[in-house]
Amino acid sequence: MSAAPILIVHASGTNRDGDAAQAIDLAGGIPRIVHINQLRRGEVTFAEHAGVLIPGGFSYGDSLGAGQRLALELRLWFAHELSEVVAAGRPVLGICNGFQVLVKAGLLPGTPTGRAATETRKVTLTDNSHGRFECRWVTLRVEPTVRSSWLASIRDTIIRCPVAHGEGRFVSADDSVTAELETEGLVAFRYQDSGPTPVIRPDCVSAAAGVYPANPNGSAADIAGICDHSGAVVGLMPHPEDHVLDWQRPNGDPGGTGLPLFEAFVAAAR
Amino acid sequence: MPLRVTVTSHSDPEGEAIVSAAPLVGVDGLADCRVSRIYHLDTPDPLDRNDVDRLCREVLVDPVVAEYSIGDAPVAVGRAIEVAALPGVTDVEARELERAAQQLQIADLQVSTAVRYDLIGDLDDAAVAVISRRLLANDTIEQSHEGTLTPTFTAQTDAHCEVESVPLGRLGDGELATLSSQRLLSLDVEEMRAIQRYFDDVGRDPTDAELETLAQTWSEHCVHKTFRAAIELTHVSADGRTTVSRHDGLLAALREVTEELDPWWLRSAFVDDAGIVAFDDRFDLAFKVETHNHPSALEPFGGANTGVGGVVRDILGVSARPIACTNVLCFGPVDLPDERLVAGVLHPRRIRDGVVEGIADYGNKLGLPTVNGAVVYDEGYIGNPLVYCGALGLSAKGAHRSAAQLGDRVVSIGGRVGRDGIHGATFSSATMDASTVDSVGAAVQIGDPITEKGCIEVVERACAQGLYNAITDCGAGGFSSAVGEMGEELGADINLEGVRLKYPGLQPWEIWLSEAQERMVMAVPAESLPELQQLCDDWDVELTDLGAFSGTGDLVVRHGDTAVIDMSMDFLHNGLPRKQMTAVWTDPPSTAVESPPVDEALLLGLLAHPDVASNEDIIRRYDHEVRAGAVVRPLVGRNADGPADAAVLKPLGTRHTPAAVVLSNGLCPRVSRHDPYAMALSAVDEAVRNLVAVGGDPDRVALLDNFCWGDPTRSDRLGGLVRAVQGCADGARRYAMPFISGKDSLFNEFEGRPVPGTLLISALGLVPDLDLAIDSAGMNIGDDLWIVGRGSGALGGSVADALYGLGATDVPEPLEDPLPRYRAVHSAIAAGLVSAAHDCSGGGIAAAAAEMAIAARHGLSLEVPADGCDAFTALTNEGPGRLLLAANRHNRGALGEMLGFHGRRIGEVTAENRISLRVRGTDGDPAKGSAVSVDVQDAVRAFTSSVST
Repeated sequence: MSAAPILIVHASGTNRDGDAAQAIDLAGGIPRIVHINQLRRGEVTFAEHAGVLIPGGFSYGDSLGAGQRLALELRLWFAHELSEVVAAGRPVLGICNGFQVLVKAGLLPGTPTGRAATETRKVTLTDNSHGRFECRWVTLRVEPTVRSSWLASIRDTIIRCPVAHGEGRFVSADDSVTAELETEGLVAFRYQDSGPTPVIRPDCVSAAAGVYPANPNGSAADIAGICDHSGAVVGLMPHPEDHVLDWQRPNGDPGGTGLPLFEAFVAAAR
Repeated sequence: MPLRVTVTSHSDPEGEAIVSAAPLVGVDGLADCRVSRIYHLDTPDPLDRNDVDRLCREVLVDPVVAEYSIGDAPVAVGRAIEVAALPGVTDVEARELERAAQQLQIADLQVSTAVRYDLIGDLDDAAVAVISRRLLANDTIEQSHEGTLTPTFTAQTDAHCEVESVPLGRLGDGELATLSSQRLLSLDVEEMRAIQRYFDDVGRDPTDAELETLAQTWSEHCVHKTFRAAIELTHVSADGRTTVSRHDGLLAALREVTEELDPWWLRSAFVDDAGIVAFDDRFDLAFKVETHNHPSALEPFGGANTGVGGVVRDILGVSARPIACTNVLCFGPVDLPDERLVAGVLHPRRIRDGVVEGIADYGNKLGLPTVNGAVVYDEGYIGNPLVYCGALGLSAKGAHRSAAQLGDRVVSIGGRVGRDGIHGATFSSATMDASTVDSVGAAVQIGDPITEKGCIEVVERACAQGLYNAITDCGAGGFSSAVGEMGEELGADINLEGVRLKYPGLQPWEIWLSEAQERMVMAVPAESLPELQQLCDDWDVELTDLGAFSGTGDLVVRHGDTAVIDMSMDFLHNGLPRKQMTAVWTDPPSTAVESPPVDEALLLGLLAHPDVASNEDIIRRYDHEVRAGAVVRPLVGRNADGPADAAVLKPLGTRHTPAAVVLSNGLCPRVSRHDPYAMALSAVDEAVRNLVAVGGDPDRVALLDNFCWGDPTRSDRLGGLVRAVQGCADGARRYAMPFISGKDSLFNEFEGRPVPGTLLISALGLVPDLDLAIDSAGMNIGDDLWIVGRGSGALGGSVADALYGLGATDVPEPLEDPLPRYRAVHSAIAAGLVSAAHDCSGGGIAAAAAEMAIAARHGLSLEVPADGCDAFTALTNEGPGRLLLAANRHNRGALGEMLGFHGRRIGEVTAENRISLRVRGTDGDPAKGSAVSVDVQDAVRAFTSSVST
């Protein structure tokens, strides 16, 4: 276990920072919620943290599109710091709005050499196909082929947790982009159909196959989360931080919490 | 010359939604609707085209799913309608783009946004007008135009500062009344005369700001004149007998019970913005429910949006961190035929959709789970919907400080001041008619949740660091009410010159009066100000030092050197003459009705009735998971589609204790038409039995009352209100549960038609151990089913009565001694003997049993006791004190002992997927035609027929 704290970035409108901090705490890490203004002023640095978590919420109200303004700030102010975090192999996790931010900042999936420029970006998260904000529990499989090394210990496991978003539909510029994500091992999480009374055994669940509500937003290839080429940066739309205690689960089989994901994150943080 | 940028998305759910909504407003020819977003960009120097491209690429346009064009509007494909906010309406998108431009070093960019709808299809002018008016724009806050809209940037007004003196000198009663109505003061002649006398003594006329401040402070909304009035009630019983009683203050009657009960866990009741009770020995809970009815009638999204913002602010006003939201909504029927709509009223469907979107937008963006609620549909709400918004907060024990000290700075934090939100308090203190929208459009605001979120973060830390001595929210009346309240004892010296404005040109009285949802006022010792400023800088929150609490007992307001207000706090707070009011309540005559037959259609009809049917479409638009504390969610059961009785919530940061919070509600407006007294007791009971059903402890319950009534100056409305308050007070006594806060919203009438007297009871309680919380779905095949309580035998105000149009008048008899029953049920649940519980509310035991079957996806077989009624009445009557429980048969003996005579075993959970209900006559034989059996899947279909897939 690492002694250095985990940086949980708060921008105006971030709101699942407390949930994320609880998950990191239960996973044995030391959460530290820091406002981006403090990072900007250099009072706190990325470098003094063992890992970076960008939590859910509506950064700056998402009024220019989900995560757009915070992504701009990461590109303008923290591009260098973030590339150093990645170069050091420290894990970076974006959840929901944090995922949207990392995608729009060009860090997810990025390119084999690092961040993608805005105009060459090939994937995004956009309006749910039904056009509504929606909150419901989903079932995820950690892809057996995901290249991220810090997810290695939980490959091919099942996580159940809620989604709560209006702009969570994963879209690629074209099918070849999706295919490349798959062959490169960049797909990290997929929505699964685990039946009406959810089961969590990997052999008992099947791909959501694009069907609502197992795939809650119309994401291409049921993609709920991806990682970058280095494997350090991981993002997903659903909220594993809201299922880290057994009583948080509404129904279905025991198990399937998001805690192993955070334990893997904390284990990789150094 | 502003530059126009058009952004078009490849996929367009909004356009699709408009196409599918068009037939609902009577337009069949709309084949396609393409939505694009317009940004008008302006800078003092000509804009560099490269900068515009950069702005588009970096923030405005997602290259994977959208494209943009710069320059003139494209040639219309069909009929192009452009919609933009009216000048002065909050436009967060424009502000965020301006801030992003600043970060990209594009200086002094001004943005005005619009939306363009290209309507394609076979549409004549009338059809385009209908689509535009009913689906695209709301005149209250928006302008729409066919073709290209000329952008307006900020509100353009001249910037000189003026204080007007309003001559009151020798005005007679008629002239005073005219002045009050012209200036939207909502003051009556008696009150105007008191003001006239005061300024006569002072020796000058009041300023505009003084008059407005008095009107706000003395408004029904702020001071609850009716609830403080001396009222004489004449009660005429159905047989014509008359009794007269005197009521010395309705509010006092409710407070009195709280003072009598005064449980050890009560921290604060009725004094501040919200009531406070203990959670445990480390934390307190604050709870408040507000209404935002009139704004929601005119601008459903903005009205409900700021309704949430307002009640969350109330929680901040008692130094607590908001942790959850609730909402209860009353609308006209969403299938109301267009020809029954009257001028000046939006269609109930539009109101419902806008309200839900407004609540979702604000709550979701604040990161607050919206966990409990109800929706009622009744024709009585067509002209005047009701929107109740509640918020729960958590604070360290005893954290709230509420006494400003001499010399403290008067500090405002949060949103800037604009012209929107003026007259909010007086607007809600008058009835509405078709012209309301024209006269008070400015009182409707669009919220800015992200700014309020900043306030939440700052207040939590400022409280923990002890940086203020008092805090309150800037509600209706803006600074005038906040500073007026906090400085009541000390007086205050204020200078408005430093107040940050959304745009220039506001007159001093407007700055002083304008409400902003996202603003708090604090009393801050001068030495703590730098630390508070630092906190605000850290969290992107603006702070303004307005002045000081002076010790003179006067309210003195200046703008620079110009005197704006100079009057005594004593007159402001105590000068209002007490109202003497008369009330009449006449018991309606009773009518005997004939019961329809019991058949499958009855059960399916009850389940599909809008008041009973699934609210899943609404619930899923609210984030009910954020803050990671959902124990019992709004939707429960195997397929997460059964209705929950109440919400059980585990506050983040309280893992040191197994205890969790319960929130529930009760409201029975249809009973109100027959007997408001019984209605109030029914509502209390409903809230309590919902709370007990999930495992809440009946000895730890605090209640909130929220009355929405018609014009109290009409004696018949007031008569019902007095009866309802009596019911509330008796309810609190009988259930031994104190009211800790309340609110009344009166004048809920449209053109002389009042809403049904509606009382929302919200209950806050505790589950001692979250592992022992249960829901309505946890039952297993083979479990026994038990009924607690007896049927009321009354159909008046029931869902069955509404479904069949029976016109029944008899209403449920209130329970005399309900607590032993609820204690018995609670003990059984706390002992782990009960696998599922569900209260019998709308649709009676029939609907309750079916809902349990739906939630669990199990069949059940029940022998419903007739309790002296015919089969229809036995299955559908609604009333207090009844719960269905499921329990493992091994617990039969223990449960029977615990429930005693309160409970009876009446059936079991079956493997056969059918809901089978038989009414058992008094002699034990099933009466003829008294059995009904429905497949669980058919019940699911009826219950969820309104849910989108």
